[in-house]
Amino acid sequence: MDLLIRQAHVVNPQAGGKDADKYAVQDVLVRKNRISEIGPDIKAPDTEVLEGKGLYLFPGLIDLHTHFREPGYESKETIVTGAQAALRGGYVASVSMPNTLPPCDHQSVIDNIIRKAKEVPYHIFPAGTISKGREGKELSEMADLKQAGIRAVTDDGDWVQDSLLMRRAMEYASMLDLIVMSHCEDKRLSAGGVMNEGLVSTRLGLHGQPSASEEAAVARDIELARLTQAPLHLCHVSTARSVELIRRAKQEGIPVTAEVTPHHLTLTEESVEGYDTYFKMNPPLRTAEDVQALRKALREGVIDCIATDHAPHTEEDKMLEFDHAPFGVTGLETALAVAVTELYHKEKWTLNEIAKVMAFRPAQILKLSSGFGQIQKGTEANVALVDISKTWTVQVQDFSSKSKNSCFINQKLKGKVVATLCAGKLWKY
Amino acid sequence: MSIKWQRKDLLGLRDLSKEEIELILETAKSFREISLRPVKKVPALRGKTVANLFFEPSTRTRISFELAEKRLSADTIHIAASTSSVVKGESLKDTAHNIEALKVDTVVMRHASSGAPHRLAQHLKASVINAGDGINEHPTQALLDMFTILEKKKKIEGLRVSFIGDILHSRVARSNIWGLTKLGARVTVCAPKTLLPNQVEKLGVQVTTNLKDAVKDADVINLLRIQLERQSQSFFPSIREYATAYQIDSKILQNAKPEVMIMHPGPVNRGIEITSDVVDGPYSVILDQVTYGLAVRMAVLYLVSGSTHQEEAQT
Repeated sequence: MDLLIRQAHVVNPQAGGKDADKYAVQDVLVRKNRISEIGPDIKAPDTEVLEGKGLYLFPGLIDLHTHFREPGYESKETIVTGAQAALRGGYVASVSMPNTLPPCDHQSVIDNIIRKAKEVPYHIFPAGTISKGREGKELSEMADLKQAGIRAVTDDGDWVQDSLLMRRAMEYASMLDLIVMSHCEDKRLSAGGVMNEGLVSTRLGLHGQPSASEEAAVARDIELARLTQAPLHLCHVSTARSVELIRRAKQEGIPVTAEVTPHHLTLTEESVEGYDTYFKMNPPLRTAEDVQALRKALREGVIDCIATDHAPHTEEDKMLEFDHAPFGVTGLETALAVAVTELYHKEKWTLNEIAKVMAFRPAQILKLSSGFGQIQKGTEANVALVDISKTWTVQVQDFSSKSKNSCFINQKLKGKVVATLCAGKLWKY
Repeated sequence: MSIKWQRKDLLGLRDLSKEEIELILETAKSFREISLRPVKKVPALRGKTVANLFFEPSTRTRISFELAEKRLSADTIHIAASTSSVVKGESLKDTAHNIEALKVDTVVMRHASSGAPHRLAQHLKASVINAGDGINEHPTQALLDMFTILEKKKKIEGLRVSFIGDILHSRVARSNIWGLTKLGARVTVCAPKTLLPNQVEKLGVQVTTNLKDAVKDADVINLLRIQLERQSQSFFPSIREYATAYQIDSKILQNAKPEVMIMHPGPVNRGIEITSDVVDGPYSVILDQVTYGLAVRMAVLYLVSGSTHQEEAQT
């Protein structure tokens, strides 16, 4: 498509020094889906115009952790509804999680996901499973899956308990240039826990998961990354102690990266008061000290990026008792607004920094082409236009996602995506 | 008593003020006497419907509530459901809608999951009384424990009350901690470290793993049933070792105050957490607890059913 985006402040995730908080007002011309020109005053008669005055043009966001639920759980989400939710949130690409039914341990499942994403169109870079059937016993056919298009491997919700299998997985995956993503949780230690273990779980009479169930797993995986020198990506890090382990690992040059979710950056275990299952997720919400440590680590680059862990569940699933309701919250449609509200408006981050942790770094971790994570002449146009001062209230009926289990419902947020351009299609909101 | 009961539900003692707890205990006093009459029935809840929703097996609590409802002349229905079928077949919201459709006034609910009555109450105009939720609260049990202490000791403030046993999984202990600390008792919890909740000391209680410390100078000792399957979950090495360290027998009781009172919410594991001679001995008020439980549950049913919200719903 052809499009002239006029007079928007262009966000640059690589800006530093005196330009760290500068946003040049530019015209951006898209010809045949590619950015053909960036300049102060572009003349392009007969081209569709997207007015960007007073708005900010972000590189399209990239989510390293999305559950699209298809195949197998289409009542929760499909690739189409999930992609629509993503686009509404300013995302242009996702790593899809492989805990589908059947799981992503066979190239036919991957083919299907990529094909459906193209119909939207939306960029999905699927993750395959580490083990066949996500059972933690035998390696899945990673080379075959790589042929089909996977970029990463993970058993997601099921941490690979078997340290030998994990070692082999990391060695084998790194040979294929696949990232190993790890949901760090020693399930024996967290068994039965439905929230963070601590004073609040004691007060509420709910079984807790100690932070050590995450940290022990983080520590082991870091040691395996040291041993194998294979790139390791730690999913949804949630505790201050995990941050310290990652900080030390990075100082020692171990090839480790990490993500944090919008909810772990903003909410604490206190939210579970009232037994509302929309605040039940894994890892659970932690303490205020953990939130502070995560924010600091994200800004310092110890944690590389924000990932949503968008985990749709139907209302019926979530209407169960707190013990029995499934873990997970949606996030694609609120992530940027939460980041702009909490980090930019309240904590004086720059928008360039936000683009760095939501687009640029994820693209780097995934080794994506230059059409992702930055706004650059000559590359595929994947961008999001954002009104950073628009105040809105998160409401169930506005979600594109098939599921409504957001932990930000009724929250007032400041910052809203007004348009997303992805793979040659413009979406206006 | 100047305050009036305002709440739709009784979900736990955590949310109640000291005054509200005192109101329930005061009201229970007047209901005690009804069970001593030849005709043990008053018309207080005539025309009201109470549903007993038991998603977890219970004998004592269920019988106590049923009898309390009958003595108040309420119409009662009893719904016993295994938790598994509820989990798979019907969400809490559907349960609520069904109850609403039956025009039930009050629901007494026992559930294996913490917070289930709280969630049900949010979806229901009817009152909800928590008859035990998971490991969270069992407010009427704690109220009857406090009532028993008041009847026997004439006060609660300043008394030393020790809980011994599986504190971690005990809703009885949690409700008692909320209630007793609000009423000024000095509460001690005693268990092996594996059976103590994280940071329980921050709830305003003394914590010890040594039985002697818990018994020393205690006015009241409240024992909690130890579930035998905790051994296979590695909470302690063997029942034998547990009993050696934490069993209340007449010998250890010599360290307590001479007029110490022994309580137990039942059912008792004789010979494990407590020896038979202590259960049946002079310090034991275990059967008084059962009797007083009836009066306390009548008081709760009466207060909740008569609260402003139900009057408003009718008019």
